[in-house]
Amino acid sequence: MLTLKQTRRLHSVLLGTLAWAIAALIFFPILWMFLTSLKTEIDAIAMPPQFFFSPTLENYLLINERSDYFSFAWNSVLISFAATILCMLIAVPAAYSMAFFETRHTKRTLLWMLSTKMLPPVGVLMPIYLLAKSAGLLDSRISLIVIYTLINLPIVVWMIYTYFKDIPVDILEAARLDGASTWQEIVRVLLPIARGGLASTMLLSLILCWNEAFWSLNLTSSAAAPLTALVASYSSPEGLFWAKLSAVSTLACAPILIFGWISQKQLVRGLSFGAVK
Amino acid sequence: MNTSALDTPVLPAPVAAKRRSLKPGWFLVSPSVALLLLWMIVPLGMTIYFSLIRYNLLYPGENQFVGLENFQYFVTDAGFMPGATNTLLLVGSVLLISVVLGVLISALLEAGEFWGRGIVRVLLISPFFIMPTVSALVWKNLIFHPVSGILAAVWKFFGAQPVDWLAQHPLFSIILIVSWQWLPFAILILMTAMQSLDQEQKEAARLDGAGPVAIFWHLTLPHLARPIAVVVMIETIFLLSVFAEIFTTTGGGPGFESTNLAYLIYNQALLQFDVGMASAGGLIAVVIANLAAIVLIRMIGKNLTEQK
Repeated sequence: MLTLKQTRRLHSVLLGTLAWAIAALIFFPILWMFLTSLKTEIDAIAMPPQFFFSPTLENYLLINERSDYFSFAWNSVLISFAATILCMLIAVPAAYSMAFFETRHTKRTLLWMLSTKMLPPVGVLMPIYLLAKSAGLLDSRISLIVIYTLINLPIVVWMIYTYFKDIPVDILEAARLDGASTWQEIVRVLLPIARGGLASTMLLSLILCWNEAFWSLNLTSSAAAPLTALVASYSSPEGLFWAKLSAVSTLACAPILIFGWISQKQLVRGLSFGAVK
Repeated sequence: MNTSALDTPVLPAPVAAKRRSLKPGWFLVSPSVALLLLWMIVPLGMTIYFSLIRYNLLYPGENQFVGLENFQYFVTDAGFMPGATNTLLLVGSVLLISVVLGVLISALLEAGEFWGRGIVRVLLISPFFIMPTVSALVWKNLIFHPVSGILAAVWKFFGAQPVDWLAQHPLFSIILIVSWQWLPFAILILMTAMQSLDQEQKEAARLDGAGPVAIFWHLTLPHLARPIAVVVMIETIFLLSVFAEIFTTTGGGPGFESTNLAYLIYNQALLQFDVGMASAGGLIAVVIANLAAIVLIRMIGKNLTEQK
């Protein structure tokens, strides 16, 4: 006969084993990508697959020779940060006025903004492509920055709106009574209070920009191409470069993966438009 | 509001309050609204225009009005029916997989304490942060590959003939890749939602003799209605335009077996240079997406704006 304590223990062990098995299964492709990046090309395609091998860093050194990894990475960094900052600059004032000066149009405006996300990118691929072409902005960072700003704007406005909504109006009114102008009220009072929320909004925007792969594949070729495009260029069957593909992929994903791990709790709120806290 | 009594004595209080509340309102929102309006109307207008004329980049100068001919060609194109069916199959199956497994897995994680729960959480949500081109290529070359992929090794281990997944079951393989990316999103949202479930309520139900299944069915699931709606809506937005995963793995083939509408239009536009037909296809995609959007926003729009 098991005691109550023993039953609990057994329950916990069984639960843990099952959960770890599922997690291992889901995480396996990422782990395998990382392991493969440390193999020689011969080990990478060995059959049966090798779990124990002598690791090497040569792939990481070689990928920069095959394709200029750092210029792609630089494009990703530049485009993601520029689009995120631009987006925040446009979204904060909008969210401020919607959260604190609500009119009867506010809810409809918010829903309408969200509905622009329902416009599938293919629906406007041709015009954007031709506009960019005639403006000489094909394969240019500027066009991607503008597009990313616009496609993330609804989500960013929503997210900041939900954070602002949680701030008691009294605090802002107190500042107003002390004679603060609208500008002072936003910069001195509101932004410091909402710092955490704004930071996680920026993080979400960075992640979305970094991983975007429709416009970057269609509008760039080399000069402005970010990491998504570099990785895609490894899809051509010009030989078995899987260790190098894995190394490039690991480098391309690592920063965002780490960002995501750190901020998973805050992201939930933004990703669910404040519906889940 | 009673603070108006404390407002500056110079201006009559209601006037001051009114001026403040009117001024920032439309003035601060308008940049966002104007930009989004521009972003919607200009390209959409151009798409509508292009869809009504003959416009192929290979034959410049022949841009006469052709009415609905482009739509007719697009709809009768050999790729249209498979494209539409595959789009629906892809969206439907990934939604089903991520919601059902997402609920089960997050319920499992919340069922009790066990060693390393934090690490398990992190591992489970990781694929969501991987860029689409990377996940597609990793699955294609390291997992699905018929000669050196992991699945081939597993099949051989059991004495079976390895399967060339992307060639023999292209749509199934792509559904698997996309589900792998989006299941973590569902887990992330649903797990957090479950943590906010009232523990006392659960305890009370348990004392009343409710088993774990009954608690899950009558307490947890209803509590999850709203987060599930959110998952469905956001995933639908992104799943309707899955592109990179197909672009880097099968290229829509073999034949049209793994072509969705997004990829079909890309094919018309940038590979065959037929702007007119691609635009007609784009509009059809917009209409499909909006039908889905209307249904979804009706379903959950109210939930989203109702805050406290």
